[in-house]
Amino acid sequence: MVLSRPASESDLSVISTSGSLFVRDSLPKHKMQENSIPKEAAYQIIHDELLLDFKPKLNLASFVTTSMEPECDKLIMESINKNYVDMDEYPVTTELHNRCVNMIAHLFNAPLGDSEDAIGVGTVGSSEAIMLAGLAFKRKWQNKRKAEGKPYDRPNIVTGANVQVCWEKFARYFEVELKEVKVREGYYVMDPVKAVEMVDENTICVAAILGSTYNGEFEDVKLLNDLLLEKNKQTGWETPIHVDAASGGFIAPFIYPELEWDFRLPMVKSINVSGHKYGLVYAGIGWVIWRSKDDLPEDLVFHIKYLGADQSTFTLNFSKGSSQIIAQYYQLVRLGQEGYRHIMENCHENAMVLKAGLERTGRFNILSKDDGVPVVAFSLKENKGGHDEFEVSEMLRRFGWIVPAYPMPPDAQHVTVLRVVIRAEFSRTLAERLVHDVSIVLHELDKLPPKVSAKGKEGAPVTAAHEENGDIDGAGHKRKSTDLETQREITTYWKNYVIAQKTIKRQKVMAS
Amino acid sequence: MVITTTNPDAEEQLHSTFASRYARAPIPKFKMPEKSIPSEAAYQIINDELALDGTPKLNLASFVTTWMEPECDKLIMASINKNYVDMDEYPVTTELQNRCVNMIAHLFNAPVGATETAVGVATVGSSEAMMLAGLAFKRKWQAKRKLEGKPYDRPNIVTGANVQVCWEKFARYFEVELKEVKLSEGYYVMDPLKAVEMVDENTICVAAILGSTLTGEFENVKLLNELLTKKNKDTGWDTPIHVDAASGGFIAPFLYPDLEWDFRLPLVKSINVSGHKYGLVYPGVGWVVWRSKEDLPDELIFHINYLGSDQPTFTLNFSKGSSQIIGQYYQLIRLGFEGYKNIMENCMENARVLKQGIEKMGRFKIVSKDVGVPLVAFSLKDSSKYTVFQISENLRRYGWIVPAYTMAPDAQHIAVLRVVVREEFSRSLAERLVADLERVVRKIDTLPSTESTKDGHITAIVDETRDSDGVAKRIKKSETEIEEETVTCWRRLVEGKRTGVC
Repeated sequence: MVLSRPASESDLSVISTSGSLFVRDSLPKHKMQENSIPKEAAYQIIHDELLLDFKPKLNLASFVTTSMEPECDKLIMESINKNYVDMDEYPVTTELHNRCVNMIAHLFNAPLGDSEDAIGVGTVGSSEAIMLAGLAFKRKWQNKRKAEGKPYDRPNIVTGANVQVCWEKFARYFEVELKEVKVREGYYVMDPVKAVEMVDENTICVAAILGSTYNGEFEDVKLLNDLLLEKNKQTGWETPIHVDAASGGFIAPFIYPELEWDFRLPMVKSINVSGHKYGLVYAGIGWVIWRSKDDLPEDLVFHIKYLGADQSTFTLNFSKGSSQIIAQYYQLVRLGQEGYRHIMENCHENAMVLKAGLERTGRFNILSKDDGVPVVAFSLKENKGGHDEFEVSEMLRRFGWIVPAYPMPPDAQHVTVLRVVIRAEFSRTLAERLVHDVSIVLHELDKLPPKVSAKGKEGAPVTAAHEENGDIDGAGHKRKSTDLETQREITTYWKNYVIAQKTIKRQKVMAS
Repeated sequence: MVITTTNPDAEEQLHSTFASRYARAPIPKFKMPEKSIPSEAAYQIINDELALDGTPKLNLASFVTTWMEPECDKLIMASINKNYVDMDEYPVTTELQNRCVNMIAHLFNAPVGATETAVGVATVGSSEAMMLAGLAFKRKWQAKRKLEGKPYDRPNIVTGANVQVCWEKFARYFEVELKEVKLSEGYYVMDPLKAVEMVDENTICVAAILGSTLTGEFENVKLLNELLTKKNKDTGWDTPIHVDAASGGFIAPFLYPDLEWDFRLPLVKSINVSGHKYGLVYPGVGWVVWRSKEDLPDELIFHINYLGSDQPTFTLNFSKGSSQIIGQYYQLIRLGFEGYKNIMENCMENARVLKQGIEKMGRFKIVSKDVGVPLVAFSLKDSSKYTVFQISENLRRYGWIVPAYTMAPDAQHIAVLRVVVREEFSRSLAERLVADLERVVRKIDTLPSTESTKDGHITAIVDETRDSDGVAKRIKKSETEIEEETVTCWRRLVEGKRTGVC
């Protein structure tokens, strides 16, 4: 490293970081500074500012892994400087990637011979994986329509309204129409019957979710497959299925092996899974697997020649780190099937403990199912006492917990849930502590007056305005409103409505 | 981490890793193993296998950074478990990203006020950055055409044939036609004149490269801007420019501040740069900056509301690590302007040393220019006895990874070796490389000619028909030789269509 001139007269190595000039100067925010600063100062300043971030482990909003074994951390650090795409230079890393693809393909019962190579690729996350899968479907459908001499300018994709935001991204960026099956109160995932009804000749695929972001539920892929087979027989459209198993892909094979959702169903042509969710790897890795060569149009694949052998690649990203790929291989080999099974069973058990604890308070409805991704989604019961889930979420933050509150997707957006994701490192002790803290929060909220949404918080839309009309004022009397109050009510109602619309958009993005 | 059931074979705990049965069992390759193994065994097995990978530092093929200071390594490891996209939970990390965008935008002279927020985003690399930029151009062009009531189903993009493979990816995945300006011998970058000629009403943008992958040369963006401004005035098409500054973006501002290639030129609407090349960060970060809000169609942006303020996002990837972004911020404030300048000057100096050493051998012709990315690309003056591909292969035995490539059409008969000079490529390494190159050349010289032309490239086949004066002469060839030549020729032809140079 080149050492620049010291900024002060005296020898820099002698001054402690806190005594140096660097903690007095404000850190550059818009323009690069002219001078260099010592590396210790740079480290300290950035490190200290980052302390204001929340703790990853207590982030119960996210499915993404936040803890790995020290041995794996070592492997990660050792490979942080390997550019994955240099297959020629790092053939072993490439080989490990291929092994992961094979293992995951077999986990999903891809119709492969014993030593046949699977078709699949490592990506940066499920977003890239879904875009690649969608692109393959789009190209295949276009080729088919061209061959039939039919128009191919209006492709669409059928999914549930509960899809994660990346499907919307795919639709918008790759110019495919998104046809969403609306959910309803009590049924928060895609209804296979309605989905199949929506399929038309321009549908490139139907996307089902194994592990809905909102409540962890597995969609009924088998029913979808059966209904779609029938429709295809009648129409001859051959509409395929893609399963977004971002969360569920590393759960179902271990604790619900009998559940048919993967390549055992003939219409399923591709599956994506997030390595960084229940694949138990840090953020930055996903996988997409295709059933067979036929499901990945050749003209989308780029061929790179390395060591004399053909390495085909089909990714949006090019240069990227190798660490997460190696970490994924570590987990697959270190844990094996029994290891993953134990961990998922533990997660499920802890989810049940949390659920039971919350039910015991008598204040919540549980909206998540017992089967599915270990997530506990709960909402306040009817008699909310003038408070909503957003307040509970905010109060929990003061205890250090991040438990997000979301409205459900259309047409059930009047239902708001709190959602706790049970990850591998969420122990039973933490579950019991959370229940304890939730009870305290409820206790605190009960002491407060009903929520006044004019304060401009992320208020629950309709509910707050409803309360402002004076239905609940502690004693349950209806108040008479003055002119000014009525005016305020109306303004507040509209403000909350607008905020809620924005919040829905935002929560949709955060629900990942 | 949850501890699984204790190992039933208690004695296993006592064995050292290599004495245990895990070193005997075949490593799983196709199916997940049924049982778990201890973490130490897993680490050892994987670590040992990875020892067979090349050494990142000696990888002279790549522009991508392979070393950072230990303090930065600490920050990287500490943030490896932060999912960048959780902006709500990690607001400081998000803030650091925004600061990087601002700094880089200012570096590129974006017309942004002193405290105004620039329009840009962090990506996983220049591939994603270019796809986002291309998407913005495509959407803007489509909107304009719709308004004019003209067809918008056949967009195209004009670039040089020397573009990196990700432009081809963009074209193929996003259904845009790629119009490539062919190269010619001696001129290995995009000719602005030819490029502007190729522009038509369906052109969404012209993409220029600052730091061509093949030779490190900077394309003449200023000339392109002038010619395009003129054409736009005549046609009214408003065709914009995108600058792919993947390598050059962190070099030109420090070494050639007077070179006008960035937002100082009015037609330049977006620029991408790789943080993991001369941004001096480990692989996994790139940046794209737009001139202004108008150059990024709002419909492509997803709005996340966090902490009461609007955080717009426009990326292809969602969840990803935060480490490289924090690494980039570390470098920007640790080094500052002078730090980057010093490092780039060092790189250029070492490139000069390398270039001189290679020239002194008398066998090679230097194809790269002095101004540009610090790399040395050189071809053989005489490829009749052996080719650059063989030199590349032989250098590997000394531990060096120096790739050999053919140029892009229409100069594909030229093959070069390319050494990228990165920050950690010291002068002593440069001198050592020259010494090893001499050894390799001497060694191949002594080999009989038929052996050395086994992997004959097209150049060799062509040159075989000329003697040292360039006069065509007839050579008698054996049947096998003719067969081999034909096969090799076709193989190269097929490869040439598909092989991407990184």
